[in-house]
Amino acid sequence: MTIKSTTVTSKTVKQWLLSSSVALTCLAAPAAIAGPIESYSSVTSARLENPEPGNWMLYRRTYDGQGYSPLDQINTTNVKNLVPAWTFATGVVEGHEAPPLVNNGVMFITTPMGQVIALNAKTGDQYWRYKRELPEDLFQLHPTNRGVGLWQDKLYLATTDDHLVALDAKTGKVLWDKKVQDYKKGQYLTLMPLIVDGKVMVGGSGGEFGVRGYVAAYDAEDGKELWRTFTIPAEGEPGHDTWSGDDWKSGGGSAWMTGTYDKDTKTVYWGVGNAAPWPGGMHPGDNLYTSSVIALDPATGKIKTHFQYHQNDSWDWDEVDAPMLVDLQRDGRSFKSLIHPGRDAIFWVLERTPERINYVSGWNFVHTDVWKGIEPETGRPIVDPAHKPTLGKRVDFCPSLWGGKDWPSAAYSQKTRFVYVPANENFCGGFTGEKLPLVPGQLWLGTKAEDIGLTVRPGADHFGELQAWDPASGKKVWSHNFPKSQLFGSVTATAGDLVLVGGTNDRMFRAFHAKTGELLWEQKTNSGIMGMPVAYEVDGVQYIAVQSGWGVDAQRIQDALAKGNTGVEDNVPQGGVVWVFAVKQ
Amino acid sequence: MDDHPTRRSVVFGTLTACASVAVAAAADDDDPRKEKQPQKGDLLVFSEGEREGQTITPADLKIGEPPVHAWPKDPANAIVRDGSRLNEVLIVRLDPNEFDEDTRPRAVEGIVAYSAICSHAGCPVTAWIKATEGNDDVFKCMCHNSEYDPRRGAQVVFGPAPRRLAALPLVIKDGELAIAAPFIGKVGGQQG
Repeated sequence: MTIKSTTVTSKTVKQWLLSSSVALTCLAAPAAIAGPIESYSSVTSARLENPEPGNWMLYRRTYDGQGYSPLDQINTTNVKNLVPAWTFATGVVEGHEAPPLVNNGVMFITTPMGQVIALNAKTGDQYWRYKRELPEDLFQLHPTNRGVGLWQDKLYLATTDDHLVALDAKTGKVLWDKKVQDYKKGQYLTLMPLIVDGKVMVGGSGGEFGVRGYVAAYDAEDGKELWRTFTIPAEGEPGHDTWSGDDWKSGGGSAWMTGTYDKDTKTVYWGVGNAAPWPGGMHPGDNLYTSSVIALDPATGKIKTHFQYHQNDSWDWDEVDAPMLVDLQRDGRSFKSLIHPGRDAIFWVLERTPERINYVSGWNFVHTDVWKGIEPETGRPIVDPAHKPTLGKRVDFCPSLWGGKDWPSAAYSQKTRFVYVPANENFCGGFTGEKLPLVPGQLWLGTKAEDIGLTVRPGADHFGELQAWDPASGKKVWSHNFPKSQLFGSVTATAGDLVLVGGTNDRMFRAFHAKTGELLWEQKTNSGIMGMPVAYEVDGVQYIAVQSGWGVDAQRIQDALAKGNTGVEDNVPQGGVVWVFAVKQ
Repeated sequence: MDDHPTRRSVVFGTLTACASVAVAAAADDDDPRKEKQPQKGDLLVFSEGEREGQTITPADLKIGEPPVHAWPKDPANAIVRDGSRLNEVLIVRLDPNEFDEDTRPRAVEGIVAYSAICSHAGCPVTAWIKATEGNDDVFKCMCHNSEYDPRRGAQVVFGPAPRRLAALPLVIKDGELAIAAPFIGKVGGQQG
């Protein structure tokens, strides 16, 4: 199949103008678009490992996944004066989940349906736009994208038709285009590739289609596949004995979020998704490496070690949001931690060593009736069978299948040393497990899609909860509750003692005081915000940027809440806009 | 995944196992005729369930029951057009008095057919469920909750879908459901 794409630059427009009979004197002002990027800063390992404070070049800005900006020009004192500096309409609907990436004054955003837009980060003027032509028969369960990877003078886009595409960062021209797997089998990509030393790593989506998950690495220069590590071990591989029969062949374990990276030990930490299909009775065993974090050698793809957050997943609780790497002091000792507020409602604190991942502590950060406790030596959660979905019987459980925190990322502030979690409280769910045949390319949930429920706990007075936790003590420092909305957006923390988040159905973008949780500023936007806020600087001026564009699972939850007579907003308009804010001078 | 039978192989196996009035051509998966959109004169066969591959007749459909999923089938060579998911069809039987003026001429004995592909993001429309707004049962795409009313040309009655499902006019030929004309409207999800 030939994949077509279109790149529109101002050069194209200029050529048309010059070759047409249009009178140039009619143009009242110079063209607002700047054309191909004339000056672009090559992205190197050194820059990714120690990014300039004013740039945001990785999914969470830094390899450690903390979602923290050292910029403090915008702070608790002046954030009340934050105003829009510029906006940019993407012209695309559905869930805009990508952070606006910034590399020395150039911004790259991605949108659903496989578009990449290069903008002047200071003015909002467009340099170029890449539009992927998606196959007509594509089935987009999650029409979204979480950003391009940056390396040298190239960008890397992972697409919902399961290709990895390299673009020229200056022009948006396609340099190479590799088929990763087969979208017709329910395999697709939504993540921002993670690039380490010229290796472009992606993890596949498709856990709801009965795929066998993987992480793969490609050569940044020519797109050659270097390695592929399946998250479900085959016969003869460690962990295969945690599966029964042929269940491993369609066991899920999709790995659809960007990993984090420890440059000192050269270890990539990658989150792995739910087991397939959902009811655990259809895949007896612990089911490694589903609902786990795996530690990979980026040079070879070899799994060095792992930690399984919960076994025999039966709740659709992907644990794909990669753990944050934080140097932690706890119980009188310093250690290198992995922090993961899980979809399974457990706030995980782990210790990472080059050889192992050790359990340190875990606690429920939202209400759950699934876990009776955690084994202190192993970190294995103790399940209550009454709330574990099974075949032939409706089982309800809390939290819902969207979990205590879904894919939207938490943040860690190096100033306060708190972790800020976009949590959802008081949601429960349930379904009846059903043995259904696997048909490649079709949903394979282990239940009927229309049977999936979202319910609200009796007496609930809020849903979304922005939480601040001290990971050293395990104590909640503050929380801000949202009475009429879920919280479904990533969080960013800054050295200005700000915590930034959207995620609510009232279309607000908010800034909180990182130490106290006080709401300091809010701005209504065009749509709901699912995307990740970023902080960046150009010519000495700090900006805050975020994409507003509701859809996908935030919309699914919204529809369920609206139907449930919960009194929530039942109409959040769609359509993507990039919002960029600065302090009013 | 390779060890799982594909829908095509199952359909083909069923076709060879059941009595067929036409002589089955040796169509492999790459046969372009399998990808061709539904054609005038095509019959319709069940695309799933115990009767997968068998021809659908009006007697198979009861008023108000959930829709059946179907593939077109060329009666001349017994080729089932399951080479593209865009060819899958929803067939439902309703009270003809409920049809609007656009829908009535495309129906036969209260039976209407539409594309099974949601116009929002290309997901399959799988559910038959009480509408979010109103009391009628409607088609629902469980991916992103779009709902379509088959009584009114499958127009969107809830959710993000930008346009109605493509309609497939029907006739009855020798007691079996057949296609009277190609799809009316665009099949598939939005692209940008």
